[in-house]
Amino acid sequence: MGTPTPTRTSRPRRRTAPSPLRPPRPRLRSRRGGSPAHPRRSAALTLVTGLALLYSLVPLAWLIINATKSQQSLLTSFGLWFGSDFALFDNIAATLAYDDGVFVRWLLNTVLYVVAGAGGATLLAMLGGYALAKFEFPGRRAVFALVLGAAAVPGTALAVPTFLMFSQMGLTNTPWAVIVPSLISPFGLYLMWVFAAQAVPKELLEAARIDGSGEIRTFFTVALPLLAPGTATVLLFTMVATWNNYFLPLIMIRDPDWFPLTLGLNAWNAQAATIGGEPVFHLVITGSLLTVIPLIAAFLLLQRYWRSGLTAGSLKG
Amino acid sequence: MKSQPDTRRTPAVRLPRGAAAVGALCLALSACGSGDDTAPDIAAEDVAAALAEGGEITVWAWEPTLDRVAEEFEAEHPGVTVNVENVGTGDEQYTALQNALSAGSGLPDVAHIEYFALGQFTIAGNLVDLAPLGAAELEGDYTPGPWGAVQGEEGAIHGLPMDSGPIALFYNQDVFDEHGVRVPATWDEYVEVARELQEADPDVYVAADNGDAGATTTFVWQAGGQPYRVEGEDVTIDFTDEGTARFTDTWQQLIDEDLLLPVTAWSDEWYQALGDGSVATLVTGAWMGLNLEAGVPDGAGSWRVAPPPAWDEGDASSAESGGSALAVPVGAENQALAYAFIEYANAGDGVQHRLDQGAFPATVADLESPEFLSAESAYFGGQTVNEVYADSAANVREGWHYLPYQAHANSLFNDTVGQAYVSDTTLAEGLTAWQDASVRYGQDQGFTVTTGD
Repeated sequence: MGTPTPTRTSRPRRRTAPSPLRPPRPRLRSRRGGSPAHPRRSAALTLVTGLALLYSLVPLAWLIINATKSQQSLLTSFGLWFGSDFALFDNIAATLAYDDGVFVRWLLNTVLYVVAGAGGATLLAMLGGYALAKFEFPGRRAVFALVLGAAAVPGTALAVPTFLMFSQMGLTNTPWAVIVPSLISPFGLYLMWVFAAQAVPKELLEAARIDGSGEIRTFFTVALPLLAPGTATVLLFTMVATWNNYFLPLIMIRDPDWFPLTLGLNAWNAQAATIGGEPVFHLVITGSLLTVIPLIAAFLLLQRYWRSGLTAGSLKG
Repeated sequence: MKSQPDTRRTPAVRLPRGAAAVGALCLALSACGSGDDTAPDIAAEDVAAALAEGGEITVWAWEPTLDRVAEEFEAEHPGVTVNVENVGTGDEQYTALQNALSAGSGLPDVAHIEYFALGQFTIAGNLVDLAPLGAAELEGDYTPGPWGAVQGEEGAIHGLPMDSGPIALFYNQDVFDEHGVRVPATWDEYVEVARELQEADPDVYVAADNGDAGATTTFVWQAGGQPYRVEGEDVTIDFTDEGTARFTDTWQQLIDEDLLLPVTAWSDEWYQALGDGSVATLVTGAWMGLNLEAGVPDGAGSWRVAPPPAWDEGDASSAESGGSALAVPVGAENQALAYAFIEYANAGDGVQHRLDQGAFPATVADLESPEFLSAESAYFGGQTVNEVYADSAANVREGWHYLPYQAHANSLFNDTVGQAYVSDTTLAEGLTAWQDASVRYGQDQGFTVTTGD
């Protein structure tokens, strides 16, 4: 097609390091000042960042450490260090087997909700965002206002009306009740819209049209690759939101066989506080660890695209 | 797990904020939506017919012993299918139930509801009156506390008691022996014990308490307080009576002198503290015995049970903590079969199956049976603990009421009474704030609420 891909070909123009021929600056200034190549250090900033890092990593460390303990040693050992035994593999086996292996079922449910819900939401956001950004049609401003407004309404406020509506349709207590509302992502649509406006040059689309490409073909061959970084970002956001969703399934789903992991683990946790209920904190903790692993994997996988997407705009002339 | 549970489990406030809001909205919806038509369309004869004919019912319950009861029931009545679904514990289940009631579809045939939450459903006319189906004849079968909890106005019975929670003093004998402390018979002695334990070892506390709505109302109940009075939609909330004052005076000392371990009940820290001896006693419902066995296996042989500390020397008055009933929501599809199951589980052969799994009964016959009373508990060092529990059950003060919106009121506890545990606010001031907040909420819901003075 011969479309230029500036991001790939243009070499980054890096400023060379300060030439040694230049007269040395006064000592005091050179210590306090900084250059892009040698950013100055701030003790205070390092400290704050370090604390923030610690703050976000300690819970994860706690989770990993405690997943290695049996229920017994969980209650008798210090929280942030390993117990006397190493029961991680026993715990994983027990988590997968407890209650006739219902954890696996919950995992599959969650995957289903994420694939259908988050995947569908991303697809819809991509199509909608592209259309809004690249086509002139009456009512565009109204849609814009509607999307911004929708993004501002908290999901919890819509919970009861949504529940009543789905109940009328006979869809509560079915996977549809979780998947269908997950398909709507006002934030995703907005993000795709803004992204499409920037990342897909109008000239490119016009060139394609002049070459005789239909709108659908133009979308798939020209626009889609350019939209990939934005799509990855939206996918990541909707995935995390659907994976962690607790409230929607809570009001929609009664049958434990259709629980996502969030509800299921909470049910196990609540067991510790019921009459005759067996406390299974070790399984809840191990289950939580198993639950975050796919999210971390998704992050590592998708962040490459995400980052290249963020830099794409800055390199374009 | 920052929020705090009511005595027996589950915390309104463990849910995200929104969930409470949904519950509240639904309460309002159903309170203005439904009429008083809770009489069943069927009679006692239909129950027997339904059993013979067979059918399918859905039970929403988190009580672990019910699975086996359902199996036995199915075995006894071929053609009957019972689906026990754990749709969430306590408030989560109530939210689901309220939602289904508002939507008018997806209702279970049987719902597990704690005594404190029954009012929320009965005031809105959401529970079938079981009296015409045969429940009226079961009056003498239950101890007064649980029976009082399921009774409505004009002889209506809104559910059958499943279990009860007469309070008892659970204490760690090893810790007591180590520090030479005697078992407290009165609440004054209890405070003394708290001081002695702290003096002997700063790491040992008499109890863990972070402020707990369920425990607070239970202690006020035992002390003879009657903060809540309910007649139809007329509600009185008064936390200034003498009984309440006895509780606040005693508990304020424990708070002021830092004699309580600030740990939230049912959290893993709490189980940990019970296991390592840093919490020496628990005054709570009889069901706790089973939870200690399951949750604190290391404590086997260390723990013992005694009657709850008395407010007056020699006064054996007791109170209930927790306990729950099975009820039939209005609109349930198979009400006849639902009642048959409830009766089997809570009055018939099902009770024995539940007892076999360690549940604590609400039925007089079981509480008085020699077999039950003489059972020795290996966990409690061979003690015949059921005797202690049964005595407590018989001594429960009568006339206690919960609010028709107790679940919501309990969720207001943290911001009001809970402050006494973390700031300079006194318990009495906290209770006044709780009273005011509860009055306001009740008025907003359309109740006529007064403070009694």
